[in-house]
Amino acid sequence: MTTMAEPAAVLPRLYRVASRQEDTHDTVTLQLTEPAHPVPAFAPGQFAMLTAFGIGEVPISLSGLGDSGDGRAQRLQHTLRAVGAVTRALHATQPGGLIGVRGPFGTSWDVPSAAGRDLVIVAGGIGLAPLRPVVLAALADRSRYGRIVLLAGVRTPGDLLYQDELEWWQRNGVEVALTADWADRGWSGEVGLVTALIGPARLAPGNSVAFVCGPDIMMRLTAEALVALGIPADRIRVSLERNMRCGAGWCGHCQLGPLLLCRDGPVVGYDRVAALMRVREL
Amino acid sequence: MSSTVAARILAHPFLAALTGEQYAVLAEDGTPVVFAAGERLFAEGGIADRFWLIERGGVALDTRVPGRGDQIIETRMAGTVLGWSWLHPPYRWHFGAVARVPTDAIAFDAASVRRRFDADPAFGYALLRSFTPVIAEQLQATRLRLLDLYASPAQARQAEIQRADT
Repeated sequence: MTTMAEPAAVLPRLYRVASRQEDTHDTVTLQLTEPAHPVPAFAPGQFAMLTAFGIGEVPISLSGLGDSGDGRAQRLQHTLRAVGAVTRALHATQPGGLIGVRGPFGTSWDVPSAAGRDLVIVAGGIGLAPLRPVVLAALADRSRYGRIVLLAGVRTPGDLLYQDELEWWQRNGVEVALTADWADRGWSGEVGLVTALIGPARLAPGNSVAFVCGPDIMMRLTAEALVALGIPADRIRVSLERNMRCGAGWCGHCQLGPLLLCRDGPVVGYDRVAALMRVREL
Repeated sequence: MSSTVAARILAHPFLAALTGEQYAVLAEDGTPVVFAAGERLFAEGGIADRFWLIERGGVALDTRVPGRGDQIIETRMAGTVLGWSWLHPPYRWHFGAVARVPTDAIAFDAASVRRRFDADPAFGYALLRSFTPVIAEQLQATRLRLLDLYASPAQARQAEIQRADT
């Protein structure tokens, strides 16, 4: 976690867009580089505050492995969707353009603590982006984990991220099941809610750790389904997002009950937030 | 045949709450079936005279939309049950169903199962207790899909405009 002593928490570092991959009609993955003065290394699940200069700053989770091997993040990958003024500007930034980066912020998925267990990764929509580093980290250290099960729900097949990469993951032992809310006959995945994928996955609840990211309602329903299956709530991790601003727990904009999610989250055990996620307007 | 079917029913997660005797009774009405990819199990509006435990493969529920052809409503995977229109009059399928891939299932004679309900209410109650959670889950899933949770604000606005126009 970034502390007050780390200047990267306060002042954006200038990262250059090295590549720009259009994942869907409104989503891109940007590869950012800064060899001279990189921010500290990111762990899967942590996020950065990305600045579109002259427009604003938004929290975006890491979507790649954020460690160049020396404890710094010379390269970063962020997948973002153009939904507002800032994200539209970031989305439009072409290779060679500059983006401000503060971070890393928040808690991680803590993938190593799931060693010896099955990893159950459940994504909804663009929630697959913060979970991609979980898959990459597990594949990079494959022998430490049991099954790697990825269950992903999307609005339509065209909204599915990392389509080429999913095939590579499958070839390398990731069990992938996909579902779309709406699809035509060309879609080989399922049609329905992502929770419908849980039963047929035949999980081993006694030996599984779950990583869940997506809209709040989707995460709550998924977590409830996993708890009903027998996975303890403290082995279900969800990634919550609120109005992150400072990124370091100073301003309080991202408060969720007793938690400041930029500092105590975004990744939180479901046992800590199950009740909070049911409170209106919280 | 029925002992084999009983064993297959026992291995299927859908009817885990039945007793051994109830498995045996239900097996009397069950027949293993195989569907080729693309084979239609039933058509919208047809007589709902079967239900299936899907063991392998998968099935798409669809409906005919004028000008858009057959639209997939949802899919059913291995380990799930297909068909509940046989439970209540008028015993007609509300949607169609087609195998998406080669599919193994056990088909049950709905009229015979309903007669067993009447003859043995405890059996009927046990079977309905298996179906009810599935029906409730499907209803809740449909409600949630109506919320269009994964839509961007722009997509949500567009959907609202489309709804207002229709």
